[in-house]
Amino acid sequence: MKLLTHNMMRSHCKGVVNGFPLKLSSSQVDVKEIEFNPDFINRMLSRLEWPALVQIANQLGVGEGLPEMLPEEQKFEDEDVLKKIHHVLLEVEVVEGELECPETGRKFPISKGIPDMRLNEEE
Amino acid sequence: MSRPEHIGPPELFYNDSEAVKYTNNTRIIEIQMSMSARAIELLNLPEDQPSFILDVGCGSGLSGEGITEAGHYWVGMDISPSMLEIAVERETDGDVILSDIGEGVPFRAGSFDGVISISVLQWLCNADKVSHNPFKRLKRFFTMLYSSMRSGGRAVFQVYPESPKQMELITEQATRCGFTGGVVVDFPNSTKAKKIFLCLFAGTPVGNYQLPQGLGNENENTIQYSNDRFTGKKRKRNGDVSRKEWIQNKKQKMRAKGKDVTADSKYTARKRKPKF
Repeated sequence: MKLLTHNMMRSHCKGVVNGFPLKLSSSQVDVKEIEFNPDFINRMLSRLEWPALVQIANQLGVGEGLPEMLPEEQKFEDEDVLKKIHHVLLEVEVVEGELECPETGRKFPISKGIPDMRLNEEE
Repeated sequence: MSRPEHIGPPELFYNDSEAVKYTNNTRIIEIQMSMSARAIELLNLPEDQPSFILDVGCGSGLSGEGITEAGHYWVGMDISPSMLEIAVERETDGDVILSDIGEGVPFRAGSFDGVISISVLQWLCNADKVSHNPFKRLKRFFTMLYSSMRSGGRAVFQVYPESPKQMELITEQATRCGFTGGVVVDFPNSTKAKKIFLCLFAGTPVGNYQLPQGLGNENENTIQYSNDRFTGKKRKRNGDVSRKEWIQNKKQKMRAKGKDVTADSKYTARKRKPKF
């Protein structure tokens, strides 16, 4: 699971108001190279929950060099910063671990890079 | 036509052996690729900017490859673990999550520019468990999908509806959740090539609001519809002839046949008085 996906995901348990951000605990993290596209990164910036991304990146130890705050215009010109964000968003993969709903505490396991978001009946 | 959704729930039907077909069977791959290419075309995404797409029921990521080729980024959802494992093995560029779409879409509001889905929605119309209610599951799916899309985004679903009623159920639930749009049918006159796409708009669509045209709809070989019969006007029999002319004509014909016909007189074809 990429961090971009994690940033977009929310818990869909019944009765959850925000369900974001899902707490992440990981036991295995990989890096997979993906082509860099500055337009896409700049486009996605306005949709990201920046503080949550920085927090998760720091937790996984890949947050070095990531700006603390988004600029006003939600755009970066500096290619190095964009490359850094690209790396964090798309190349870092959580292979094994667990997601946890912040409100209900429901746990969703991640195995082989696939988070299992299936719910039980009445959830 | 065989209907896999009658055989069993999707997470059991798409087991390891079925999933292998989606990597080895060239026919399946070809059909899937052409349908996803058409779906991406119907999405009508701006070409110059890379978009973020949700692939509902991504399976082994065949449709996702089309999205990547078009220069966009995607996230896929599917309920079959076997299919998703293949997607991961094939190292698709998109990310996949294991989730039942009837339980909703676990994404934040305004995440996606567009949504595509190939041959999935008909599965939602089945109740595979006692707790399943197709109405509620469709409603939950469409409501959460609507909120996860950006305003003006498009969602294209390729569907194999079992009956017109099923299609009605799907479109009704979608419109109730705020979607606009409609059905696009490609090659409606062919049994095999016929493909049904549900094109939905979330919120106010940007630019071209018109529903796209289906392919193969040129009806050159079909009979044009005529509404002559329904105008309510009575056509006159045999051109414009009076009653008297018609009777004389008829008598003449009978005479020509050698039948015994009374001679014409001043009383022929004259109206009788009401009192006789």
